[in-house]
Amino acid sequence: MAETEKTTAAAPAAKPKKEASPATKALRKVVSDVYAAAWTAKEQGRPIGWSSSKFPAEIAETLGLAVVYPENQAAGIAAQHDGERMCQIAEEMGFDADICGYARISLACANGAITTNEGRRVPRPDFVLCCNNICNCMTKWYENIARMNNCPLIMIDVPYNNHVEVDDSYVQYIRGQFDDAIVQLEKISGNKWDEEKFKQVCANANRTAKAWLKVCDYLQYKPAPMSGFDLFNHMADVVTARCKVEAAEAFELLAEELEEHVKNGTSTLPFPEQYRVMFEGIPCWPDLKALFKPLKGNGVNVTAVVYAPAFGFVYDDMDSLCRAYCKAPNSVCIEQGVDWREGICRDNKVDGVLVHYNRSCKPWSGYMAEMQRRFTKDLGVPCAGFDGDQADPRNFNAAQYETRVQGLVEAMEQNKLAKEAKAQ
Amino acid sequence: MSIEVLLNEFKEIAANPAKQLNDCKAAGKKAIGVLPYFAPEELVYAAGMMPFGIWGSNTKTINRSKEYCATFYCTIAQLALEMLLDGTMDQLDGIITPTICDTLRPMSQNFRVSMGDKMKVIFLAHPQNRAKEYGITFCMKQYGNIRKELEELKGSPISDEAILDAIKVYNKSRAARRKFVKLANEHCDVITPIKRSAVLKASYFMMKDVYTEKLEALNAELEKLPVCNWKGVKVVTSGIICDNPKLLQIFEDNNIAIAADDVAHESRMIRVDAPEEGDPMRALAQQFAMQDYDVLLYDPASEQNRRAEFVAQMVKDSGAQGLVLFMQQFCDPEEMEYPSFKKALDEADIPHIKLGVDQQMRDFGQASTAIQAFADVLSTR
Ligand code: SF4
Ligand code: SF4
Repeated sequence: MAETEKTTAAAPAAKPKKEASPATKALRKVVSDVYAAAWTAKEQGRPIGWSSSKFPAEIAETLGLAVVYPENQAAGIAAQHDGERMCQIAEEMGFDADICGYARISLACANGAITTNEGRRVPRPDFVLCCNNICNCMTKWYENIARMNNCPLIMIDVPYNNHVEVDDSYVQYIRGQFDDAIVQLEKISGNKWDEEKFKQVCANANRTAKAWLKVCDYLQYKPAPMSGFDLFNHMADVVTARCKVEAAEAFELLAEELEEHVKNGTSTLPFPEQYRVMFEGIPCWPDLKALFKPLKGNGVNVTAVVYAPAFGFVYDDMDSLCRAYCKAPNSVCIEQGVDWREGICRDNKVDGVLVHYNRSCKPWSGYMAEMQRRFTKDLGVPCAGFDGDQADPRNFNAAQYETRVQGLVEAMEQNKLAKEAKAQ
Repeated sequence: MSIEVLLNEFKEIAANPAKQLNDCKAAGKKAIGVLPYFAPEELVYAAGMMPFGIWGSNTKTINRSKEYCATFYCTIAQLALEMLLDGTMDQLDGIITPTICDTLRPMSQNFRVSMGDKMKVIFLAHPQNRAKEYGITFCMKQYGNIRKELEELKGSPISDEAILDAIKVYNKSRAARRKFVKLANEHCDVITPIKRSAVLKASYFMMKDVYTEKLEALNAELEKLPVCNWKGVKVVTSGIICDNPKLLQIFEDNNIAIAADDVAHESRMIRVDAPEEGDPMRALAQQFAMQDYDVLLYDPASEQNRRAEFVAQMVKDSGAQGLVLFMQQFCDPEEMEYPSFKKALDEADIPHIKLGVDQQMRDFGQASTAIQAFADVLSTR
């Protein structure tokens, strides 16, 4: 999971390409800077880390360590159409084609394969940071990276949760691991833990989270002042730079731009919004154009993505930080998963739900069928599912996708007519 | 009892789990389904209930579980749900659902949702950082939840003594199975792959004290026999499960004996015993903490290739000439470890084949060709 990508290819915008807004440019720069900082660190002989998207970034940031994020990198590589080739390299190494595409791309990189996406090249790691809250695939993936590069792995294990509440035993267990991770990373960085700096880092992360949520909330307007698909792109900042003040500032700038759009009745969506849907799952990065085409053709705007509530967490001390990291999209029980989604569906007034059965992501697809039944029942909106893959284009069938979108549009149309008839 | 009689009994039991379940219920015992992996079955035993292993099925077809599962889910998980939905498991009073892989995590929700009030669905999340004190504490808490749920079903507390007693029964049972695995290697003319599998599989459908007694009787008989002078080849098997008699028949047809195994359903589950004194809940958590060399578990020394080297060593120690890996389709943990596994085997000059399998496999033509060719290769070594 854990999205990302701020390339032009990842922005399914109108042709001819409009110049990006100042906020969009700022958001892109924040991510580019993260990659640049890793190269600088390498040149200066400082250690660099590879981290899973929902590892507590606060720890490495407090210790001043340069870190890059393989999931973000893989999304970028896939969006720039180098995913299939990289996946195949991993398959030649012996990794099965059924393994998550992000993992395959990343494992190819970890073994020295060089991507054609220059902006997403990263130095080899000196340590890896693994948090398996989003999936357990992470655990073996990062163990493999550590093995290939003979470097230490710092592990934060977040067990799956069967309840909406996070039990204190989870917090204690994770807290113990946080404390160990700090000691390990103190050694790696050569820096001492600084409580004041940690507070500042947390304040930044909270500010980013709040600005992110604010941006997401603009999708509640009807019509929306932006294409919700853009949120997938902006996830890159949340993943790679949530502890940096620049990310918070860039999101705040974006919120201002959206406020302007609302005032002026304008939108960055390159077509008039007729229907509003939730897009469930990660987009198929290699096929963004194909993904966007029937949406555009039918006036469908994505006004809800689950990343909004899933990444917009705010906390105030180490224990609440532990609690926050327990709640990742794939670590929560079905009730929490449904609640997050139905909340944004209601707030953002969706007419339907488009579900990506993502071949790469077993944890994400695990209780999707049941969730889909619940959305239909609880929200009274139609749902349509399609088969795809976030990184491997061989698993996406554009024709099936178009048919499913078409079916969804027809069902939304019928719903609309029925509602109008009732109102009369 | 003669070896033949004992082996037949194990075969009957392994092939008819439904009968075992019926008998258990008829005797007034409660039964708890135990899904893979590493659930503390000792607690079920201590509660006076029968732990009933659920590792999919070799004869069922995925049908009802499609309503819950994506197509790219392993058949073990899907067929487990299938049997819960199609009535096969209706007599169970509850199930325990561990969540150690990406398939089992969300499947725990499907089990809970689909079973509704039909039976108790007892959740279990193991800690991967298991050896540190915080890991043990977390594990104890999780096991404590299971104990509570079982006590609710039982209607009375489970005493510490009962758990300590269960631990002893289980340690004894594991020891007997480890011994059997060794004896099976020494007497591979008598304990053929199909028979070996049935003996180990039967343990999932019996009370462990009864099972162990029977197995110890078998072991005693085997010990009396002279070590066999095996003319065929020997392999170590690896993977999640390989209990399909049709598949194992191919081994027998090609004079391939199983010298030892790194199979989750078999030896991976019986490698580690629990301490027999002190706080029994802690003992069970410690047992999990000591589990090692498993694709499903985090390895704190992951920059090394310990698990693969451990298995390579097992091949050497057991006198096998090669290894057969049964790769369950859609099993991430196994798939993720394959390149490292291959590396260690190659470095140790151990030939291996990887057979893609799933539990809905009905045509074994391809597997047969591959196994036969492999046997030919091994016979020249
Ligand atoms: S398996 Fe799913 S959650 Fe894990 S890295 Fe892949 S896409 Fe993300
Ligand atoms: S076979 Fe693999 S994927 Fe399936 S339940 Fe077992 S470990 Fe999980």
